[in-house]
Amino acid sequence: MPRFLAACLIAFLLSSAAIAAKEEDTVVLGAAVSLTGKYSVNGKNTKDGYDIAVERINEMGGVKVGGKRFKLKIVYYDDESTPARGAQLAERLISQDGVKFLLGAYSSGLTKAMAPITEKYKVPHVEGNAAARELFTQGYKYLFAVLSTADYYLRDPVVLAAKMAKEHGRDPKSVKIAMAFENDPFSLDVREGVVEEAKKYGMKILIDDKLPPEINDMAATLTKVKAVKPDLLLVSGHEKGATLVVRQTVEMRVEVPMVASTHCDSAKIAENLAHAAEGVLCGSQWDRHLAYRDRWFGTAEQYAERFDKEFGYPTPYQAAESTACVLVFADAFERAGSLDPEKVRDAIASTDMTTMFAPIKFDSTGKNVAKQMVLYQVLNGAYKVVSPEKWAETKLVWPRKLPQ
Amino acid sequence: MKPLLGYGGLLAISLLLPLLAPAYQSQLAFLWVMVVLALTWDLLGGQMGYNSFGNIVFFGVGMYACAIVQRDAGLAYFPGLFIGMACGAAIAVAAAALLGAGILGLRGHYFAIATLGLGVAAGELASGWEFVGAGGGMVPPLFPGAVGGRERFFYYLCFAIAAITFPVLRWLYRGRFGLALNAIRDDEDKAEAMGLHTTRYKATAWCISALFLGLAGGAVGNLTGFIDPREVAFAGSTYGVWMVLMAILGGKGTLWGPVLGAVIFHLTKELFWTYLLGWQRVALGLLIVVIVIFFPLGILGWARQKWPERFGQRVEAA
Amino acid sequence: MENLRLLFEAPLLPVQLLLDGVLIGAIFALAALGMSLVWGVMGIINVAQGELVMLGGYAAYFLYRAGVHPLFGVPLAALLLYLLGWALYRTLIFRVVDQDLFISILATFGLSILLQQLANAFFGADVRTAESGFGTLVLLGGALTISRIKLVAFAAAVVTGTALVLFLKTSRMGQAIRATSQNARAARVMGVDTDRVYARTFAINAAICGASGALVAMTWVVHPYLGLPYTIRSFMIVIIAGLGAVHAVLASAVALGIAENFAGFIFGAEYQAAFVFALLVGILVARRFWLARQRRYLA
Repeated sequence: MPRFLAACLIAFLLSSAAIAAKEEDTVVLGAAVSLTGKYSVNGKNTKDGYDIAVERINEMGGVKVGGKRFKLKIVYYDDESTPARGAQLAERLISQDGVKFLLGAYSSGLTKAMAPITEKYKVPHVEGNAAARELFTQGYKYLFAVLSTADYYLRDPVVLAAKMAKEHGRDPKSVKIAMAFENDPFSLDVREGVVEEAKKYGMKILIDDKLPPEINDMAATLTKVKAVKPDLLLVSGHEKGATLVVRQTVEMRVEVPMVASTHCDSAKIAENLAHAAEGVLCGSQWDRHLAYRDRWFGTAEQYAERFDKEFGYPTPYQAAESTACVLVFADAFERAGSLDPEKVRDAIASTDMTTMFAPIKFDSTGKNVAKQMVLYQVLNGAYKVVSPEKWAETKLVWPRKLPQ
Repeated sequence: MKPLLGYGGLLAISLLLPLLAPAYQSQLAFLWVMVVLALTWDLLGGQMGYNSFGNIVFFGVGMYACAIVQRDAGLAYFPGLFIGMACGAAIAVAAAALLGAGILGLRGHYFAIATLGLGVAAGELASGWEFVGAGGGMVPPLFPGAVGGRERFFYYLCFAIAAITFPVLRWLYRGRFGLALNAIRDDEDKAEAMGLHTTRYKATAWCISALFLGLAGGAVGNLTGFIDPREVAFAGSTYGVWMVLMAILGGKGTLWGPVLGAVIFHLTKELFWTYLLGWQRVALGLLIVVIVIFFPLGILGWARQKWPERFGQRVEAA
Repeated sequence: MENLRLLFEAPLLPVQLLLDGVLIGAIFALAALGMSLVWGVMGIINVAQGELVMLGGYAAYFLYRAGVHPLFGVPLAALLLYLLGWALYRTLIFRVVDQDLFISILATFGLSILLQQLANAFFGADVRTAESGFGTLVLLGGALTISRIKLVAFAAAVVTGTALVLFLKTSRMGQAIRATSQNARAARVMGVDTDRVYARTFAINAAICGASGALVAMTWVVHPYLGLPYTIRSFMIVIIAGLGAVHAVLASAVALGIAENFAGFIFGAEYQAAFVFALLVGILVARRFWLARQRRYLA
């Protein structure tokens, strides 16, 4: 038996020696995305975002590095939405597939697991889908994020609630908040932001529930919400949380003047629950009506049109931010004039560009300081930007009225 | 002479493996972890007939305890890691003793389901507990030293755990203890009637299992680099079930079966992951069904039925 | 403790929680009824129970998209799942019927991964909902709300339970099923085609799960990964109720629904699941001590 096992191990070694040879004139980026598991909706958005960027860049002749043109290519693995797998895959991409540049995975948990590894191997890691603040307090030098950190997702609704209170002759201090956040690194950070913002105004948080990831029913939390009658209900629980809160607040007649959630657009609440979703607010990283543009896709709207056509569903912000990651790399390759990871890292660090997603400029911790969140409101079955004011398409409708 | 040669060869290859395949060190480290998981599961499930779905609890407890020691004790990396692993193992054993008092009295599928509940409850509690980072998880300290050194270190660490687990179990199975466990498996009531302190044996077996699981947990937490309560530490639906499958695949109730099962399962799984992007879990589900339906006795069990004399059994007329 | 105070201050709150608990429990009860049947008759613990619920949900979702009225969606989903259950038995399950219980747990676990991942591959991981269009019943000026679909679910559970009892008691097939569950070998000797009985039993189980899945999709959401909680709850319910007692299954399902709702309210949603699983372990251990006191050994 021991001998048989030894033979097994040797056979494994031999079979593993057959690693794909690298193609010439191609820059290979690596990515672990969630194709299965609880993040697979957003994982697909992420992958589609990466793919469309690579396709567009290659269509335009690739990137020009030091006088030579290179095409881009991405090696994917499925991380199954679990951090353990993500860490292993980052390592596999770097040490086995010889990838020198990494695109981020979906979710903060996975990125938390992968960042130490890219740091160790000094591999530039640009991500657009992990927003936990903790990622940027570790002193990571190779991690860059194009998106706003998670604590900004639902700050705006708090500000708006204060404003509405003032408009109706009430002290913002009297605003009562109820919130239910999924128990994961991302949502806990969203919560931090809300708590900070609420403290600023002296608002009271009456309900502070943490939703388990396998939640299929929010009745217990919402019964509580109904009893305490808050002025603002905040929910972050990826697509499931968004769908459930919209559906169950209507069903249980939970009358809260302002309801805000994350991930509404990828949950397609306006499309699927048009009636019930009316008036719900959604924190979003991006919107197709923003007036940003870049040399690859043109305006945000043009990007969104191309994406819609290619993948057959409305462009979620998760795709746009993923596309932006690839654009950051493309830009950095050209400015560095080299494919040396160190030089590319330095070029990324000094990025100062505008993409159709947002302006991008990294601070020393690697987060994008040039970007703002937007807040949607679902009105007549469409997402309309209501905040910040300079992008607002329409005025906030307040209070939310439940359909009969 | 012959087995000695085999063991020597296996040891030599295991020690040389990271030099031969430096790119695969962490997968190979996980291979040894898998071996430990399968072996410790088989101690209860195979030898004693107590099919546990909750052994993952001790793995997770070890992982968290180790990470907490590393975080709070203020030690340098290596002393912190080793003391942390020792603490993890100790706490896991204590947990096994404590839980065993209530749960080991259950029989058959009631035991299986109770342990399943235990595993899930542990994950849920850990993800509600702020001290261990709640749902946000924990990040163990970064490994000091050069690139690639970390993987090599953990490869040898995991190998060492497996290399200790195996002979210890082998020694246990060959003595009175192994016989007692088998007696419990074959007929617990009779064993008890014969004057065997079955409860004591059962608890001891669970504690031994927990000891090695705790050690392995501490190492895996650091190897993974991120501890998520449900997906890494108390990963009942992955490691928790895999350990059972590996033992069954190889042949439960045998010494080499779990090792063989772990090696084959882990290699197959890695190949699926590489070559069946997006469909690997479908393939895994199919593999599980096939293993369980067609090889319920496992590879060694099947071989033993086919060539009983090679396993040192007398062939009896059917 | 804030939450407990709230509970006493608003007298209608416990009523609302209780009502929701009862109605949610009815949906759990359906899946549990099926599990109890399969466990009792075939000696199989079907871990893929939750996945059958999930597939029932998808069936209802696609029927809803195709414009089928939800009242027909529920029986149609049940019918589709009946066929699927029959096919699953003929390909897979028949191989584990006579095996060790533990083997059946693992085999159906593999099946559950398979179904989950196939659903993910074919339907996508999007969170979907089917609308029943029944709306909500509002009582006492909005203080109490009952979504009508939950009432339908409750009625469906009661009807299914009654139908199952009648079927088992009166019909020829039902008698064969009961005979097989009492002693398969004797039934075979007496001329019962046990293989057919098993196929029927498993298909009926799948149909019940399909109905419950359709109700789940109309009440909450459906996505490929919703199965596990339903499997685990079914386990708990069946263990508490014991095998072969339909009314006990209904009662303990309702009790579980209530317990879960109150736990979520009082401890917060983050401990809802932990509470349920800890309760499971607690019940098993308590049961063991109780049985030991009565000097009865567990099977």
